[in-house]
Amino acid sequence: MKRFFQLGRHLGGGTKKAANQRGQLVNASTLKHTFDRRAVVIGGVQYGVGVLLAVRMGYLAIAENEKYRLESESNRVNLTLIPPRRGWILDRDGAPLASNRADFRVDVIPERLTDPDAMIDQIGELLALEPDRIADLKAKISGSRGFAPIEVASGLDYEEFAALSVRLPDMQGVVPQRGFSRYYPTASSVGHLIGYVGPASAEEFELDRNPILITPGHKIGKDALEKQFEQELRGVPGARRVEVTAGGRIVRDLETRDDIQGDPVRLTIDGPLQDYAARRIGLESGSVVVMDCLTGDLLCMASMPSFDPNSFSDGIGSVEYAMLREDVRVPLRNKVLKGLYPPGSTVKPMHCMAFLKAGVKPTDTIVCGGGRRIGNRFFNCHSNHGVVNMDKAIAQSCDSYFYHFAQAVGFDAVAEMAKDLGMGQEFPLPVTSQFYGTVPTPDWKFNKFGREWQSFDTVNASIGQGYYLASPLQLAVMSARLATGRRLNPRLVLDGSTVDPVSYNFKDDEITHIRQAMSNVVNGAGTARRARLPIPDIQIAGKTGTAQVVSLSVSNGRTGPWKYRDHGLFTFFAPTENPRYAGAVVIEHGGGSGSAYPIARDVMTFMFDPQKGLDALKSLEAQWGGTAQERLERNYAAYAAERGAAVSPPPRRDEDIFDRVEAEARVAAQQSEEIAEEFVAPRADQTASGTTPPPPIGVN
Amino acid sequence: MPQSILGTGGTQNARGGIIPYPIARQPWGMLIPLFLLVLFGAAVLYSAAGGSMEPYASSHLIRFGVFLLMASVIASLPREFVRFMTYPAFITVFLMLLAVELLGQVRGGSQRWLDLGFMDLQPSELMKPVIVVTLAHYFASLPVGMIATWRALVVPGAMIGLPVGLVLLQPDLGTSLAIVFGGGVVMLLAGLPLRWFIAAGAAGAAAAPLIFFFGLQDYQQRRVMTMFDPEADALGAGYHIAQSKIAIGSGGIFGKGFNNGSQSHLQYLPEPHTDFVFATMAEEWGLIGGLFVLAVFSIILRWGLKVARESRDRFSNLLAAGMSATIFFYIAVNLLMVMGMAPVVGIPLPFMSHGGSSMMTNMICIGALMMVNRWNRNAPRGGLSG
Repeated sequence: MKRFFQLGRHLGGGTKKAANQRGQLVNASTLKHTFDRRAVVIGGVQYGVGVLLAVRMGYLAIAENEKYRLESESNRVNLTLIPPRRGWILDRDGAPLASNRADFRVDVIPERLTDPDAMIDQIGELLALEPDRIADLKAKISGSRGFAPIEVASGLDYEEFAALSVRLPDMQGVVPQRGFSRYYPTASSVGHLIGYVGPASAEEFELDRNPILITPGHKIGKDALEKQFEQELRGVPGARRVEVTAGGRIVRDLETRDDIQGDPVRLTIDGPLQDYAARRIGLESGSVVVMDCLTGDLLCMASMPSFDPNSFSDGIGSVEYAMLREDVRVPLRNKVLKGLYPPGSTVKPMHCMAFLKAGVKPTDTIVCGGGRRIGNRFFNCHSNHGVVNMDKAIAQSCDSYFYHFAQAVGFDAVAEMAKDLGMGQEFPLPVTSQFYGTVPTPDWKFNKFGREWQSFDTVNASIGQGYYLASPLQLAVMSARLATGRRLNPRLVLDGSTVDPVSYNFKDDEITHIRQAMSNVVNGAGTARRARLPIPDIQIAGKTGTAQVVSLSVSNGRTGPWKYRDHGLFTFFAPTENPRYAGAVVIEHGGGSGSAYPIARDVMTFMFDPQKGLDALKSLEAQWGGTAQERLERNYAAYAAERGAAVSPPPRRDEDIFDRVEAEARVAAQQSEEIAEEFVAPRADQTASGTTPPPPIGVN
Repeated sequence: MPQSILGTGGTQNARGGIIPYPIARQPWGMLIPLFLLVLFGAAVLYSAAGGSMEPYASSHLIRFGVFLLMASVIASLPREFVRFMTYPAFITVFLMLLAVELLGQVRGGSQRWLDLGFMDLQPSELMKPVIVVTLAHYFASLPVGMIATWRALVVPGAMIGLPVGLVLLQPDLGTSLAIVFGGGVVMLLAGLPLRWFIAAGAAGAAAAPLIFFFGLQDYQQRRVMTMFDPEADALGAGYHIAQSKIAIGSGGIFGKGFNNGSQSHLQYLPEPHTDFVFATMAEEWGLIGGLFVLAVFSIILRWGLKVARESRDRFSNLLAAGMSATIFFYIAVNLLMVMGMAPVVGIPLPFMSHGGSSMMTNMICIGALMMVNRWNRNAPRGGLSG
């Protein structure tokens, strides 16, 4: 080797002269030597490369064999999680309120799409998707985090599914599959109660890094019971090991483990009653709560209008969202839990119980002269009732009686009773949120507003106006507790446990008095005589309420702008002598209690005689133009046709939607506070009702 | 005599045996391993096609047969004829390269082959052996004393540079490098001053960053970068190398078994029948198969260099050494690439990859080596000519 370089250097001498000087001539022989030496070196280099290659290959195949064998296996074998079938949500008789339906669906995984817009256009063309749906999808994909699958369509028929599947090799990131989708047979009737399901958001995946959350086709509960019982309902995912090509084509199945369906959740809800009540609300905006007086079981928590949870499960569409947002009847708000209204006269029986406890006798009378002087001021009653005892005060809803005795016993005593019976309280229910409402007291007012309690505050509060606020659920609980004299707590889940609610230790004759007075509201000379049940041997007892939201000077409460009309309320129980069911109906801006008690009557009729109840509903629905679900679908079609794509998209996260709805519900609840700083003069006609609210924009 | 199996030494022994002379005189010591390698290659291609002779294995064998015939024709050419035809051949191939470039200009888009009607011909492939013959002829004709003068550098430099320039325009980096390498080896062996090579190497090293940043296309830059860290971008440019290493590494010592390679059969391995055929093979046959392939290549290359060293005249020396260097270049770059030690350059593995033009080039080289081998046998030892 040394000589090889020496020779090189000599030859490198460059010129013949230099070579000559050193006495070394370049001739054929030296060139041949050069060739030989350099050829040996080249041969050596070749061997060197050969040895290097052999060593490298040995290193890859022996030392790193383990690593590469694993990588080869993970290339070859694809583990797919099979979304578990979600547990059913059942009503008290075991009928499904939420079940699963086998269907074909298609998802996309945004980070695997090379050209998302073109891909969505292509899929949209194949599946004939609506333009607004396509626009929604594009917006959703561009705003997504990438790894979480986005549902493009579900409920596909086999031809569409097959058309998509055969094109799969050219559609990287598109995942069509057979699966199950959530199905709510009674649709919008249970929207607020059950909630809906949807794909997990990136935030939800951050919280719970369970790989099932980002498996295409898997949905989690997004609202209400679906969200509350997520862990029970979820089940255990199945798994499928398949051999796949680099292009994602499945070569063969290696192993499949079936999923385990989630546990069912059985509710206390009576499915048919829930559906009936929801439909019976009709064109109004309101809620119906019915409780079992023996156990506290909630048989019905209807809040209408509502959304269709079936259509929410593939994402809330822009047009759908815009329509629901623009509807003044706030279809996204669960009014049973988050509607707060001045309870109006519905608190009067309960206030009477407070008076009784404070020593007032049922026979004690006052004189109503179309109102009554409290302190140095005269406060109007809605009518001139003459001599009024407790029974008449409830049956005819005489305000003067309550002004007087509330002032006499002090409102603190009344408020204590109200809180004891559930007003201003939260209940141990598996719901995402419930509003407390307000039972105003002098301390409360001073803490909140820094102002002293005035006599008009007592006057307002004594008839359930002013700062008084209650949710329909609280009204139902109050009426059940008052009717039974027991501390019933509402229950939503039927878990087989028995309850023995403690007694309030009301005296029998006290309870009998109240019951009788409330029965007289309907069955005697009361304010809701048309609420009488069309069933001969069963009587319903109740109390009407009309809650004013603006002062008399702004609106008469029945006509004019819908949002200024009075709320119509009705609390009830039945049968009168031995209460079995109790409940409340609240119709927002119904124009007076006349909008509420017919609904209570029909719901209770359905309870005792379903056929009679359905007959009444059928004739009403003929006037309204179909069931609630039919009307919702028709409204949607009309709205979409009119507004088309000219709507702003919904917030990206479902949580934002419902946070906004809740914030608005709180603002709406404060509406009546604006007039509470003054005496709320009662309406002349307590049993009136207004016309139905205006339809959503663009729909006739 | 164990050497008799090596063709060069076997002549005298076989002459008196039962085997007819024209058969016995062939260099069986190289040919039999070569046949085994081609058969092995066909088996690998059979597997790469998913267990089928079509479309790769059968045409691989047919082409080998055809080009073997061509090689034996080349092997029978006389030295004077070869030397006489050298410059015309060089000029013809150069004109064909020019034609490819011009046709490409006219039709728009880059083009690498000429449509001769009966076959597509890549002139750049022909240029690899032709540059070796041409330089061998040039240096053989160059007066001995002028080996350290400018004429030993400038003329061969132009002979290499002009065609390489055209091939680079195509653009085909792999073939350009192959031509430069073949020509460079011939120049080195011709006895040019070593310091010129050192200077060229230094200049190349200095220019490499400039070439890298200004001379290479984006995709070529990425390929170079991923060679250093293939896993960094496992789904992008590093994908090929990463998958190739997985195939080789997962094969282990004995491989996954014939027709059981998941990397190739499930299409994770890119080009399992051409550039990455070695990875396809290694997955199924393991380290054992790889060592067999390396052994056959070293037998062929050792034979080639032996032929070169044994030849009597300068032309034959340089010709044979240049031809084996050309084969070596293919093998080395391809294997370094599939094992992740060189950037992805489209160079197939001789005698195993499916592909007509590389088979043709390599068989021309083999034919030329057999030709020189024949001259060696016929020429008296120690003779000096031309």
